[in-house]
Parts: sequence; structure tokens; C-alpha cells
Amino acid sequence: MIWLTWRQFRASTFVAAGALAAIAVIFAITGPQLVHLYDTTVATCQAHHDCQTAANAFTSHDSFLQNMISFVMQVVPALIGAFWGAPLIARELEAGTHRLAWTQSVTRGRWLAVELGLTGLASMAAAGLLSLMVTWWSRPFDRISHNALDPGVFGERGIVPVGYAAFAFALGVTAGLLVRRTLPAMVGTIAVFAGVEVAFALRLRAHLIAPLRVATALNVRQISQMSISAPGNHLSVSVTPRMPGAWIYSSQVTTANGSANLGSAPPACIQHAGIQACQAAISRMHLRQLVVYQPASRYWAFQWYETAIFISLALALAGLCFWWTRQRVS
Amino acid sequence: MIEFHLDARSGVAPYLQLIHQVRQALRLGLLREGDQLPTVKDVVGRLAINPNTVLKAYRELEYEGLVSARPGIGTFVTRTLSDNSLAALEPLRRELQRWLGKARRTGLDDESIEALFLNTFRSGTDEGEEIA
Amino acid sequence: MISTVLTARGLGKQYHRRWALSDCTLDIPAGQVVGLVGPNGAGKTTLLHLATGLLQPTAGTIKVLGGQPANSPAQLARVGFVAQDTPTYSRLTVADHLRLGAHLNPRWDAVLARDRIDRLDLDQRQVAGKLSGGQRAQLALTLAIAKKPELLILDEPVASLDPLARRELLQGLMEAVADQGLSVLLSSHLVADLERVCDYLIVLVASRVQIAGEVEQLLATHHLLTGPRRDPNNLPADQQVISASSTDRQTTLTVRTKVPIHDPAWTVSPIGLEDLVLAYMRRSVGAGRKPALEVLR
Repeated sequence: MIWLTWRQFRASTFVAAGALAAIAVIFAITGPQLVHLYDTTVATCQAHHDCQTAANAFTSHDSFLQNMISFVMQVVPALIGAFWGAPLIARELEAGTHRLAWTQSVTRGRWLAVELGLTGLASMAAAGLLSLMVTWWSRPFDRISHNALDPGVFGERGIVPVGYAAFAFALGVTAGLLVRRTLPAMVGTIAVFAGVEVAFALRLRAHLIAPLRVATALNVRQISQMSISAPGNHLSVSVTPRMPGAWIYSSQVTTANGSANLGSAPPACIQHAGIQACQAAISRMHLRQLVVYQPASRYWAFQWYETAIFISLALALAGLCFWWTRQRVS
Repeated sequence: MIEFHLDARSGVAPYLQLIHQVRQALRLGLLREGDQLPTVKDVVGRLAINPNTVLKAYRELEYEGLVSARPGIGTFVTRTLSDNSLAALEPLRRELQRWLGKARRTGLDDESIEALFLNTFRSGTDEGEEIA
Repeated sequence: MISTVLTARGLGKQYHRRWALSDCTLDIPAGQVVGLVGPNGAGKTTLLHLATGLLQPTAGTIKVLGGQPANSPAQLARVGFVAQDTPTYSRLTVADHLRLGAHLNPRWDAVLARDRIDRLDLDQRQVAGKLSGGQRAQLALTLAIAKKPELLILDEPVASLDPLARRELLQGLMEAVADQGLSVLLSSHLVADLERVCDYLIVLVASRVQIAGEVEQLLATHHLLTGPRRDPNNLPADQQVISASSTDRQTTLTVRTKVPIHDPAWTVSPIGLEDLVLAYMRRSVGAGRKPALEVLR
């Protein structure tokens, strides 16, 4: 049974190995260059007092490659689901070869276990290897941008790609089993996987761990926007807290009592007396900034939780597949 | 070794056809004592018929005492059907050939020859004892 | 020694609202080549898929070689199956298929498989997708035979083959039966395919078993009666009319009976297997569903 799984999966293995090798080669060439560049420009920027420009210059390096990598990391799990998962059973049902495979001397439970198990593990291994390489290569960039918990970046690093791959794969196999046609199953897998992943990134991940709520005195230097609106010179202030690596859910400026209504703007700001005078006046209002956030230290907690959730989903789908095939799919 | 053939349209049961062909071969001396009949596997491999059919034919022949089955080895002829050796039939065959030549020279076609023969054969069978 | 290869009691399979197979009761003896004949859509494939465990019954029970179909690796090893259109992996070579058989079957006879492939002149490196229909069928048959099963089930194995390929496949099949003492259950919608090779026949029409029994018995107990025009319902009770047709002067009946027919008005003639099957097909189409589930021994 292992031989049969390998033989049917052989071509895909070579394609994946080739792709991974190509990426490894590109990384092997560009990676050390980036590290060298980082060490010589950004790491020493304190001495030259040009950290902002040095950082900007660095992050614009190899920008095409960065975008490609990001794109690859986004599509690989869906591709695994569509090209490795969906055809697993659907192709057999479409060609009728399941009537050959399931009438040898191997029960269909064992057939499914080996096919699902080996190919699923291969999917996870491929995604894991890819993520390992990408995480390593992106480290100089990540050290500058501190956006590890950002929804756009989180799913492209660390171990969550392994969970995504497992889930997408199981989703593909299930789709193929239920739909019984390869092409619709592939399309359905990509659509459902994309939907789940986006929903998780935008909505569900935030609820995995209860965020921290911190209220500190307003730091006027972190004010990002200030506006005075017509009825009664109503003041509203937005602030961008500087918390490198943290995932900020929301930040709100409140009065000392915690009220969101800041009242009227101080005269210094209305009369256009100058930035300094306005800032000084606002400081005297003793406003506070309330930040709801996840600290950077929780990065790995999120990675493990999300990976575990997606792998559990994958296992649940696998269980569904086992149960369904026992209903004697003819 | 003889080779069987099957006439699917003749209405005669296949196993009877096989028996008939064995007897025919015995009569004509194509099969002699000690000769081996084709194995069941060979027969069905050529004719694509049920092995039980062949087994039934061979069993019937064994019951008639014409063949005997040796397990693991094959089925062998135990006696011939006619005491006429092939040599004794030779003069008859040559006479028949001469008659056929004559019939053709008088202008008869094959169908007419066959009809003449069958007619005479059948009526001759009735009066056989008298003529001989 | 198992004496029946397949036992079914009230077996039925329902799809949505349609019953593909209804109330099927069979006792198929071992050591025979059993033909399952019936028109397309009669339920032959359904019955065979139930026997191989590819389907689960909706009603009734089925036992193959004394066990539940596809229940365990041991049970699966005892039954070989060649599905309709002889599916093979089109991108795997002939040699790969043999390796598949070797890896998935504990009783695999590699020498037998290779011998058959060589005798059939199949190129081991050819991918199955590029083989002709007849060659693919032979490959599928080789896989099923080299597995050394006790029962071999084939679903319309010669339906899409040309006459030569058809004959060659049956030759190979009969050889294996003679060699290994296989029991065979094969289906066809043409009686002519089965006449040469079957010694037991099951007629399946409109999801029901019409008649089942040894071919010799069937031919001995069914007769064609021709005579002056008559009402077929007036026959003695022990003569069952299977099909009847009349002109204004003459009635022709296909009759099933165990006793000799003494009525001098009838001309009694034997009936060929094909006409017998046709009579049963006509009966179930014309007169509605008459449950005739008798098995002749």
C-alpha cells in the first residue's frame, strides 16, 4: 500500500522537491547578501543617526522577491489542497479505479489511512520546509518591521503554514470524496480554504487569547491625528502607540476619568498658536490613551494555538472521510 | 495429439461433440492406444468453453471404456473403436477416390455428388443386409 | 469446502426512490461458471457490487464464500473482481500494475502473472492508457487471476471488445478456471457470450431474479409449444407459461414444466438458451412484476 501511494504521488513529489530546491537556491544566493547588507547598514545605523533612511533603503531591497515570497506563501496551502488533496479520491472515483483498488486484499480503511497519512504528512513537511526557509530568509526584514503578528504576515511565517497545509489537504480530500469530480473539487477546495483562512485572520484569531488592556498617560508625541469639529470646538484625538511587535487591536484617547468625550479643544489649539503651544495645552488636559493589544511575547502562543486548531480541523475532516467511505461508495 | 473444434450452431451439446470427435479420431486411427487426449486446460484454452463440459465428455468416454484418466498426468486412450487398422481401410479409400473422380468427370458438381451419396447411403442402410 | 459461493436472502438496494435490486434470493453453487444475464439497467452491476462489498445492501443479506463481503483482508483476498470497462491506472505501466498486485495481495502468484503477460505479448513498459481495450481487459483479468481467489467476479468483461479479443479473454478465463478450480460469476447483456462458458444461469430483469438454475436443468424443463390457437390460461397447473404469442391461427408458448407434456395438440420442441432468456425478459416487461424466485437444483 505504501508502494502504491508513493507510485501515484511520485510525480508530485518531484515537482515539490524541484520547487523547494529552486527556492532554496535563490535563498542561498540572496539570503547571505541581505544579512551582510543588514549588518553593515541597519545594524550600525545608531552610530550614523540615519536609522529611518537606512531601514527604508533596506526594506526596499529585493522588493520583487519579497512580494513573490509573500504570494507563494499565501497560495501554497491552497495549491496543496487543490492538487494533492482534491484528486486523491476524486480521481479514483472519476476513472473508476477505486473498483480496482478496493477489491485487492486491502480494506478501504487501510487504503485511505495510508493514502491520507503519507500524502498528508508530505504536505505538512513540504509546507514546513518552505516556511522554515522563508522565515530564515525574511528575518532581516522582520527585524525592521516588527510586524510578526500582523494579519498579513502572521500566516506566512513559523509553523502555521504546516497547519494550513494539513487543513487544506484534508479539505481537498473531503471535497473530492463528496463531489466525486476532480476539477470542481479543486475549485471548491481553493474557495473554501481561502474563505476560512481570511475569516480566521480577520476575525477569529483575535479571539484566541484575551488581549491586554493598558491605560497610560497620553504621549503627545504619539498623536497621529487631531481634529476640532464645528459644534463647540469638539476635540478628537487619535494616537498611534509605538509598541514594536505588538498587535494593536485598538487605541483610544480618553479623559482622565475614562470618558471618550474629550470636550472642547484648548484655546491654544483653536487660535493656531503653534504646534508647541497646542501640544503643551493638550498635555495639561491629562488625557489618557487606552490600548487594547497583544504583546509581541505572545507570538508563539498564537502560532501554536492556530496550528493546533487547523490540524484538529484536518483530523476532523479525515475522520469524516473515513466514515463516508465506509458507507460503501460504489 | 488431436485438436477439438466446436460447432456452436449445430444444436448438439458441446460435450457430445467432443465425444463424437474422439470416437471419430479413434475410428480413423488418428488416436491409438496409449495416446494422450488434450488436457482440459488446453481444450478450454483453445475453445473457450466450460471445463466441466470437457470433464463430462472425458468421464463419459471413460465410462464407455475408451479412455482412462490418470490423476495428475492426463487422460489416455485405452482401446480403439474399430478393429480395422488404417491399412485395411486404404483400399476402400482408394476405391472411393476413383469413384469420386468418375462422378466429377461425368459433370456432377459437389452438391449433386453429396446428394447422390447420401441418398444411396440412406436407402442402402435399409437394404444393407440384402446387398451385402 | 464451501459449497455455495454466494447466498442472498431478500437482498435489495435502493437509490433515492428507485430500487436497483429487489427481493433477490440466490444460492449460487461453487465450482461452476455462473452467468448473470439481463438487459441494461436490470441490476446486474448492482448485484455484483454488493457481492464485492463496493455497495452495502438497503435490505436483506448477502454472504460471499460464507463471509461478509469486503469485511476483512482475508475475505477480500478470496474474491477477485474485474469491474465494467476494466478500469486500470492509465498512467501506470503494465509492470507497475503487476507490482500493485504483488504489494496488495498476500497470495499473489508473480510467476503466473508474468507468464500470462508474456504469453499475451504485452509490453511490460507500456502504460495502461495506451493499451487496446482487449489488452486492458487481459491485464485486468491477469490481476484478478494472479491474486489466486476462490471466486472471480466479472462485470460485463467482453461487452466492449471486438470478437477476437472477446474470444481470447474467454479462453484465458476458462484456462484459469481449469487450472485453479475457480468459481466464476460473470454478467452480460448478451446470452451468446455466456452460452459457451456457463453451466449455471441467473436471469435478472427489472431488478428482480426471474429464474436461476443449472443450464442443463433449465433447458430440460423449458419447452417451446406450438399448436392451434388457444388460451394459454387453460393449461394444466404444473405447466407454467413464461411467454405466449398468438396469431389468428396459431399459439406459441414458452412453458416451464417438470413433467412430460402429453397433450397431442401441441408440438413440443426444445428451446435454446437465448430464446429462454428472451421469454423471461418479455414476461417481466409485459405482464407486470411476477415474483418468480425459484431456484432449480
